[in-house]
Amino acid sequence: MAQGSSKAGAKSRERDVFSGTPTPSSTKRTGRRVYMVAGGVTKFAKAHPDMDFRLMCKKAFDKARSEVPNLRMDDIDGTRISYFSDHFSRQLKAASMVQDFLGLNPRGSVRIEWGGATGGECFQAAWEAIASGRMDTCLAVGYETMSRVQTWKGNEFIALASDVNFDFPLGGFYTGYYALMVTRHIYEYVRKTKFANIKDEREAQRKATEYASRVMAMVSVKNHRNALHNPYAQYPKDLTLDAVLKSEMVSYPITREDICTMSDGAAATILCTEEKAKEFTDNPILVKGVGCGTDTMRLADRPFGKVLLMPHEKASDYANLEYPGVHSFRAGRAASIEAYRHAGIENPNKELSFVELHDAYASSEIQTYEDMGLCRYGEGYSFVEQGDPFLKGVDYGFPVPKAGTTPVNPSGGLIACGHPVGATGLMQAVLAYWQLQHTIGKNFGSEKLQIPNAKRGAIHSHAGTGSSVTVSILERVRP
Amino acid sequence: MSTPGSVKGASGTNNNEGGKGKMGGKKELKRTSKFTEVQEALGKDGAAIFVDKKGTQNLYIDYPYHVNYIHSYAQDSPFFLGLAEGRLRGTRCEGCKYTYATPRTYCQFCGGEAKWVDLPLVGKVHSWTTCHYGSEAFLKETPYNLVIVEFEGANSVLLSRLKGCTEQDIYVGMPLVAKFAAEPKYLITDVWFEPAPGAVKK
Repeated sequence: MAQGSSKAGAKSRERDVFSGTPTPSSTKRTGRRVYMVAGGVTKFAKAHPDMDFRLMCKKAFDKARSEVPNLRMDDIDGTRISYFSDHFSRQLKAASMVQDFLGLNPRGSVRIEWGGATGGECFQAAWEAIASGRMDTCLAVGYETMSRVQTWKGNEFIALASDVNFDFPLGGFYTGYYALMVTRHIYEYVRKTKFANIKDEREAQRKATEYASRVMAMVSVKNHRNALHNPYAQYPKDLTLDAVLKSEMVSYPITREDICTMSDGAAATILCTEEKAKEFTDNPILVKGVGCGTDTMRLADRPFGKVLLMPHEKASDYANLEYPGVHSFRAGRAASIEAYRHAGIENPNKELSFVELHDAYASSEIQTYEDMGLCRYGEGYSFVEQGDPFLKGVDYGFPVPKAGTTPVNPSGGLIACGHPVGATGLMQAVLAYWQLQHTIGKNFGSEKLQIPNAKRGAIHSHAGTGSSVTVSILERVRP
Repeated sequence: MSTPGSVKGASGTNNNEGGKGKMGGKKELKRTSKFTEVQEALGKDGAAIFVDKKGTQNLYIDYPYHVNYIHSYAQDSPFFLGLAEGRLRGTRCEGCKYTYATPRTYCQFCGGEAKWVDLPLVGKVHSWTTCHYGSEAFLKETPYNLVIVEFEGANSVLLSRLKGCTEQDIYVGMPLVAKFAAEPKYLITDVWFEPAPGAVKK
């Protein structure tokens, strides 16, 4: 029995409090069908000195409008506007200034903020406005202007989205929090399996971490190299595994190239009813499912209970796993389960053409494969090694035998596209929308990232240390 | 809280300060196409001009913001007062028989009130990292170790600093002892952990 494996083990846990029952808000949806009919993004960049947040939103909005010439300003019934941090904006009520700048007064609007998942929540808020019948056409637009402070001050602002009594004063730093999570993930799923025969605990853990670091580097290479073909991406790079492994250590075992960056950028999507969609476009994309999940703000409060199961999993798959602990994202699981149920998906790895997920860290991309049920818990590393999340036709510099099974972050993800928080989840929606429209060639100037016959995609937006996550399922309508 | 408009040397009231008093006492602003140079110039002059590829001038200013919050620990106060006495206090929900190593004053499962309990002053590494960078407030303290500590008899864990050892020494399962600041600052950093005697290989 390995040391340190008995957290909340049989002796210390007097009662299994967390039953493991997911509680999606509803399994039946009676609202109206909602379609995405347009999307626009600005290039994500270190800084946009020539645009403030209002102009960035305007550019993204105008790009979206250019896709639907039949849509007049009068068709827009209202807006949902997202940005994460008032600290970055140095302007409270900034969403009102966006609404104002876009010329959309006096329509209804509300600001959405939900940490890193701000963009994903904004998308779903617009979905709700249409599904409920409150609006027929709704604009969801979001931005972040992170260049307004120095990088390490920016990290401090982000870390203020951790408990300021118990977490922040210890060295509030999100890369540190994610390093804590992946260290335990490696312990649970690599040290206890692949390296179970090594007796010396320290040596076994170091070897497990070396192995996992190489797999994380494969994810970083994937996302940076995919982005070489995405003109909107901030950090496309012809990286090698070696370059990632040798890049600066930020928080052991996470290196510089495993981490997304600070960005300026905006993204916009227009959602509407079926009737309106017919007026605006002959290539609408159906928003087939939405899901949202949450977890404790503090990592330290996460229970050690049972896995929330998906239809293709059995309880016996995870007989000895204490879940979510600090190694997995229960919120991502809950959001996926709700969205899949809504969309009628039973086995996501078989039924999704691609996934755009919130890879703030290469480590969290691997953890998220498992949360989203693309593979079982514990299989994230082999999922990468087998090549499932890679694209066919892109050279990564190492073999990817099963490339094309379920490409993940074909756009380059947050790691290579950048992460202007309030825009990120909406950017994913726009890139997924173009994938499903089969218009990547037109929008990127290259067909390289177009997934052939893309039919259904998932977008995943993630906040905090996994304190809130949204998953939305988008589906092509045209044959 | 500060206000903008504090551009040094540009107000006309301090003309001699720079020693290069130009016409009207106004200092020439730095013009650059490098964003990093804009940031440097703001620190010195309070304003700078970024010239973009089209030749357009984008004016930047230094815009400070500082707040002293009147922060109450409120219902979490017993934990922080406990640290000052060398006590590590968690909470326990008797109904759920669940002990929180990071105190929650109400149980997250049943919503019932949890009672304060003393935790053992020894534990084990549940997970850990060494931060070589940090946010601005902590950059000067790097490298530092973060640790998640598990305790015998507690169901949840506690985030803390791990001192007295380096990245090479630490492993999941390592036994730890709690240490307390002699002079409390009434912050979570009043407690930290060190390897138990003999836990670090020589």
